[in-house]
Amino acid sequence: MSGLVWFVIIIVGLLVAAYVFRLAGQAITSNAPKFRDMTFGVAFGYIFGATLFVWATYYYFQPKITGVGTPNAGVIFFRWAVQGFIIASIAAFLFRVFGRAVGTEVTKKLFRSMPLTASFGILVIILYAITAIFAGSIAPYGESEILGAANVLAGGDITAGGDPAYPLGTDQIGRDILSRLIFGARNTVGIAFITTCLAFFIGGSLGFLAATLQGWLDQLLSRSVDVLMAIPSLIFALLLMTIASVWSIKLGVPLTIFMVLIIAVIDSTRVYRLARAVGLNIVVMDYIEAAKLRGEGLGYLVFKEILPNAMAPLLAEFGLRFCFVFLTIAALSFLGVGIQPPLADWGTMVRDLGPFINFAAFIPTAAVSPLLAAGAIALLTVAVNFVVDWMLHKTSGLQE
Amino acid sequence: MSDLLTVKDLWIEGRSDEMWNPIINGCSLNLKKGEVLGMIGESGAGKSTIGLACMGYTRDGVRISKGSVVFDGIDLVTASARVKRDFLGKRIAYVAQSAAASFNPAHKIIDQHTEAPVQHGVSGRGESVEDGIELYRKLRLPNPEEIGFRFPHQVSGGQLQRAMTAMAMSCRPDLIIFDEPTTALDVTTQIEVLASIRQIVEEYNTAAIYITHDLAVVAQMADRIKVLLKGDEVEESDTRTMLSDPQKEYTKSLWAVRAFQRPVKPLATEGSVPVVSVRNITAAYGTTDVLHEVSFDVHAGRTVAVVGESGSGKSTVARCITGLLLPRAGEVAFDGKVLPANYKKRSKAQLRQAQMIYQMADTALNPRKTIGQIIGRPVQFYMGLKGVEKRERVNELLDQIELEPSQYFNRLPSELSGGQKQRVGIARALAAEPKFIICDEVTSALDQLVAEGILRLLADLQDTLGLSYMFITHDLATVKSIADEVVVMKDGKVVEQGPKTSMFTPPHHAYTDLLLSSVPEMDPDWLTNLLQERGVDNIGDAAVNKM
Repeated sequence: MSGLVWFVIIIVGLLVAAYVFRLAGQAITSNAPKFRDMTFGVAFGYIFGATLFVWATYYYFQPKITGVGTPNAGVIFFRWAVQGFIIASIAAFLFRVFGRAVGTEVTKKLFRSMPLTASFGILVIILYAITAIFAGSIAPYGESEILGAANVLAGGDITAGGDPAYPLGTDQIGRDILSRLIFGARNTVGIAFITTCLAFFIGGSLGFLAATLQGWLDQLLSRSVDVLMAIPSLIFALLLMTIASVWSIKLGVPLTIFMVLIIAVIDSTRVYRLARAVGLNIVVMDYIEAAKLRGEGLGYLVFKEILPNAMAPLLAEFGLRFCFVFLTIAALSFLGVGIQPPLADWGTMVRDLGPFINFAAFIPTAAVSPLLAAGAIALLTVAVNFVVDWMLHKTSGLQE
Repeated sequence: MSDLLTVKDLWIEGRSDEMWNPIINGCSLNLKKGEVLGMIGESGAGKSTIGLACMGYTRDGVRISKGSVVFDGIDLVTASARVKRDFLGKRIAYVAQSAAASFNPAHKIIDQHTEAPVQHGVSGRGESVEDGIELYRKLRLPNPEEIGFRFPHQVSGGQLQRAMTAMAMSCRPDLIIFDEPTTALDVTTQIEVLASIRQIVEEYNTAAIYITHDLAVVAQMADRIKVLLKGDEVEESDTRTMLSDPQKEYTKSLWAVRAFQRPVKPLATEGSVPVVSVRNITAAYGTTDVLHEVSFDVHAGRTVAVVGESGSGKSTVARCITGLLLPRAGEVAFDGKVLPANYKKRSKAQLRQAQMIYQMADTALNPRKTIGQIIGRPVQFYMGLKGVEKRERVNELLDQIELEPSQYFNRLPSELSGGQKQRVGIARALAAEPKFIICDEVTSALDQLVAEGILRLLADLQDTLGLSYMFITHDLATVKSIADEVVVMKDGKVVEQGPKTSMFTPPHHAYTDLLLSSVPEMDPDWLTNLLQERGVDNIGDAAVNKM
């Protein structure tokens, strides 16, 4: 009850502060348009933001250890988050400065107009790509190599249960977590990328085809897609994966290939929808009519006339779809039917190390183990979306 | 009487490429109560920007950098949002170019009409509905009691434009800004809208700013005319002086545009095979016939203008000739040989012979391809040229349409002006080396000066290459300047056809007569005279419907 009372008091306090802020602004600047035309909502936003900032600063400088001697986990994680954010910003800034100075005229120009978020996204994607490609030479240990001690904590501090040989600790059967994270990049990201490309190839070409030809083909494809979309996708994928796990043994084909195909087909339905809708808007254009009257074939129409104009929405969808596919794979692995052990995979790692999160309040470094894999997924998702947002902005010609 | 609106030394800037670029360089104007000021200029002259600035409003990415807009003693540039909110809609109203795009399609017309008076507290909803019906009656909309209760898509374009004028009048404002209200309309519809606007402005003694690029229209509407060019004032004076005695070179050139006329060609020799002949075509969309027994011939090196209002089936004929629409009966012959009805069944050589130039160059050119690619594709596709040869041929074509090859080859359509885009459309058609080109309203989206340039270019190309044109248009001035033969269409039927000289000399078919007399003339008394002659209820669409 008292929590609710406090909440109401704080909100009322903020509302009053916002009103006073606007009034004071008007008085001090003698009614400058900025304050004169400021709506109450905007004034409230300023006050709310300022309050949040003050609180965050206060919280950041709280001691790491509570009065009773236990670690103050909230403060520790908050500090890590803030430090991570600052480091990421600086890295993104430096990367952009680097990009503006080095490279060809075209890339320099690209970097000059790039927002910080996009340069951060590109930096992260490049780092992930390098990690995935050179996983074998970067990782200190093998992917499924079982080393001595199990459950070594992250941090490398021997007094706190760590080991300098395993900076991020080891998992429950003694495999190096750092190495598995690095190999996980190859498996999870690589497979997600292939799957998304496949989904776009299937969905995109069928969608454009339906938009161009229309008639019964469009009906047939669209209704089939409706049927596929009517089934909840994760359940459907689970069902198909269970069937495929039998086939994979019978046929001797790795289950991963089935997984790629199944997720690609399920996700291609969403891409089909988008491609068809975008395509329908494009095929009514006069330049398509001109191309048809010129006698152009279907391939030229779809790939040379329609596709370039559908690029912007498709790219945006690619970014989102990549993240969804990625999360679906992680989810399937988490449920045990995705990427199979001993292959390293971030989804599986989150599942396997999950119980450690319970220790967060006592030993913050223990909770890090599952968070690392989850964080790797989150970071890539954010990075991809930053880049896609930026590309969308550029290609659609939107300003500001 | 003191001025209602005074704009003093107004400078407006727009943001592009991270810079503020000037759009309007020091414009001043003043307007008394009940006075109509006409503003003319090409697109990009800043007419609409000034119109909006008179309401103290600028579009996104545009700002007023200097100057004042004083309306009834209050400077709208520095006024607060709250003060402006009291003015806009109530004392200053705005009528946009496209009523179809400006009405909310999800609400009934009357609901949108009553919104402003109710919001501003001018009147209650009931009164405002009654007032709306009264205004609809004054604007001579059919079924005034009932039309407001329809959705915007259920009434025609001209009616919607009048409903929008009624909406602007709903609070009886002191000033209305008309931004090209008739540009998108047919001549017969335009004349009705013009008559209604003029009547209602006079009746309520409303001041108005009338923005247009059509000189003849502005001559009917305005007391004074202001000419703009690229954000600069050219000159301003009262309508009669401006028409009879323009001072500046630019104004004179605007006045001279309509003078372009091709020499009359001798009649086609009897018995020669026409390049294209349309024989008794009847065509339908779904089950409704839209063309009835349409026949005409296009002879080599000649231009046939197909004239009619929107909905008369002009463009449908073009679709039948190109093979996009299968006629229910009749056939199209090329050089005396009957073509397959479906374009998919025609050979590459047959397709190559007939090319098309579109009305909207924006949608006719693929926005993601460079000019070189757009023109190069038919060169490669039909002629099989590649590499250097193709490049040379494209350069040759660019020279023909008077665009500098080195400068334009790698540009995208978005980096071209409207007239330049239309030229690229022409080059793409020429690249196929056709005998026959269909020009579908090619100049109707362009300013008069630019349009004249396009017409001259087409005429020159016809002389040098011996092309035949089918020229679809609703603009009779265009017909006068370029056509050799004229086909007048109404409701999918050919009403009258023959050589131009005979078409423009009486006696006419009644419909041709109506079309011809509805074209605004430069004489400022033209509309007044016409209204007296025919009576208020017998102009435009009303007269068409009586036929």
